[in-house]
Amino acid sequence: MQIKSIEELKKIREKSMKKVMLREHGQEDADQIEVLVGMATCGIASGARETLNAIVDEVSKEGLENVKVIQVGCIGHCHSEPIVQVNMPGQKPILYGKVNSQKGREIVQKHIKGGNPLKEFIIDATFDRA
Amino acid sequence: MNQFRMNVMVCGGTGCMASDSDKVIQNFEKLIKEYEYDKEVQIVKTGCFGFCEQGPIVKIEPDNVFYVRVHPEDVEEIVKEHIIKGRKVDRLLYQEPIKHEKIEQHKKMPFYKKQLRIALRNCGLINPEDIYEYIAFGGYEALGKVITSMTPMEVIETVKKSGLRGRGGGGFPTGLKWEYTRKFDSNTKYIICNADEGDPGAFMDRSILEGDPHSVIEAMAIGGYAIGAEEGIVYIRAEYPLAIERLSIAIRQARELGLLGKNIFGSDFHFNIRLKYGAGAFVCGEETALINSVEGKRGEPRNKPPYPAEKGYWDRPTCVNNVETFANIPPIILKGSDWFSSIGTENSKGTKVFALAGKVNNVGLVEVPMGTTLREIIYDVGGGIVGNHKFKAVQTGGPSGGVITEKDLDTPIDYEHLMEIGSMMGSGGMIVMDETNCMVNIAKFYLEFIMEESCGRCTPCRIGTKRLHEFLSKITKGKATMEDLDALKQLSYMIKDGSLCGLGQTAPNPVLSTLEYFWDEYLAHVKDKHCPTGECKVLAKYSISKEKCVGCTACAKVCPVDCISGKVKETHVIDQSRCIKCGACFDACNFNAVIKP
Repeated sequence: MQIKSIEELKKIREKSMKKVMLREHGQEDADQIEVLVGMATCGIASGARETLNAIVDEVSKEGLENVKVIQVGCIGHCHSEPIVQVNMPGQKPILYGKVNSQKGREIVQKHIKGGNPLKEFIIDATFDRA
Repeated sequence: MNQFRMNVMVCGGTGCMASDSDKVIQNFEKLIKEYEYDKEVQIVKTGCFGFCEQGPIVKIEPDNVFYVRVHPEDVEEIVKEHIIKGRKVDRLLYQEPIKHEKIEQHKKMPFYKKQLRIALRNCGLINPEDIYEYIAFGGYEALGKVITSMTPMEVIETVKKSGLRGRGGGGFPTGLKWEYTRKFDSNTKYIICNADEGDPGAFMDRSILEGDPHSVIEAMAIGGYAIGAEEGIVYIRAEYPLAIERLSIAIRQARELGLLGKNIFGSDFHFNIRLKYGAGAFVCGEETALINSVEGKRGEPRNKPPYPAEKGYWDRPTCVNNVETFANIPPIILKGSDWFSSIGTENSKGTKVFALAGKVNNVGLVEVPMGTTLREIIYDVGGGIVGNHKFKAVQTGGPSGGVITEKDLDTPIDYEHLMEIGSMMGSGGMIVMDETNCMVNIAKFYLEFIMEESCGRCTPCRIGTKRLHEFLSKITKGKATMEDLDALKQLSYMIKDGSLCGLGQTAPNPVLSTLEYFWDEYLAHVKDKHCPTGECKVLAKYSISKEKCVGCTACAKVCPVDCISGKVKETHVIDQSRCIKCGACFDACNFNAVIKP
């Protein structure tokens, strides 16, 4: 395919962005929304990998550029695995429990995109989160 | 297209490849497939990260974890621990050499903290063999902007205003060069990329071509548009096979997408690039010699003027720019000349890439704003001197430059300041020497290089450098007289004044600058027949200290000529007449009893 205008170049750029987006985010730390997915043994056993992939997929579909999805170790609430923590800049982190892939997609849609946390899935954590 | 959730970036630069990074990549690909993660995890072979000392480098995104010295057998642990379980592999994290802290994010490492990467912006970030990754990071947008919305003169003005100067070493203002070449009227003009990197210790051009070839291609097209050339030539040394391969792939991809060829971006601008292999002669980095070589003649320089801007390749107006210079062009076009000129010092704008080598902890490729001091480069970025030795000197600018000593370490680096302290920017090779390096020997090393690389066209350079080398050999063998030292100095000035091109004119620089700063060391060689560092083997005299020797026999065991005698638990003695000065006993002794020199 030949690029014949700057608009065509930009279209190709947008398409290619998705492929390298993860890296762009790794480079910049400012104003990032972080989505942490617990991927310790217990998390993986209860399906965290599917959740993680669903979240990555949803973030990419929506083209959310300031979201970084990171797999982390044990978050500490094994009874509620898979666990997803959402860190919005300037807000207290929110911890979700029993997040299957369907719920993962909802978190992206309603919380990250819409700004409304899904109250019913929040774990009532007593620790002062990092 | 698959959506990957994780990228494993493995360095594919020559340095890391030499320490098996291709095997690391193969192992990753194999294991990721075995564990059926190949649809979620992408392995990317990148260009040089610059941290060559710590190679092979593996960076994992988006976690932003930077693993160093990853051997093929470490891959399984990274896959099982990090990729599958999300746990960091602690032992492969970088350990800071001074405080011994483990650091996982590359931005927090002192090596990267003081760096600002413009020319190297994509090295280590993208897959150089995939044009779409370059486009994703804004690639070819500068070319599009230039062709569709700027006149050639506006392009030249932007480059002029940015203050960009030639990164090959001379430091000539790039925009001015473009303007001169544009000024001369001709139907055919050429733009040449000088990728003949010959300085001992320099490898920035190679790394840029290996890690981000499209940035050079894009910039050449921009330059072609600005000066009115439709043909670009990359003169690249044949010793750079990986750079040649990646460049060829990149040119092919650019042609396929119509970014090279006819009617680029639908305009009436045509531009194409071809490669010309050089045989790797140092003098061919000089532009007139380079042009001769591209024409198929011997790589010999000629007098200037006429400058290539008027009469270059086949006597047509030709613009020759260095690889690193080109790599700076697209960001200047996209971000503007004000942005670029806000970085650096008054007369030297932007950044400079240095190849840091020699006796520093973090050997590698670094890019810092102009005006950074040598001390910052050596101690902060470079992590200080290996083995807690004492800093002695740093050679900048390769053979054409000179040595810089402790007293000038706080000089901010730019074209002018380096000239002031008797050295030069050159291509940016930076070789650090410690107290164990003999400066006469260093001068001899450079002169040997120069002597072999002289094209032979003019007598002062052809014969003069050979004589200089002979004098230096005599000194290091303890056979020279004070008259020889005088002759050495006089000859140096004669070669400087009488040579035809930059190679000869700068050839004596290593001699003159070491004579100036390390006169004592020359004197010791000539008068006392003694090499203070012990590096000159012929002058070295190894002996054993009676007080310190415990009679462990370690030295006698390693001596290849059995010239060390002595019984167990008694002092040993070296037979000077038979000693071959190999230094094996010095290395073997655990009690510092062997005295050198």
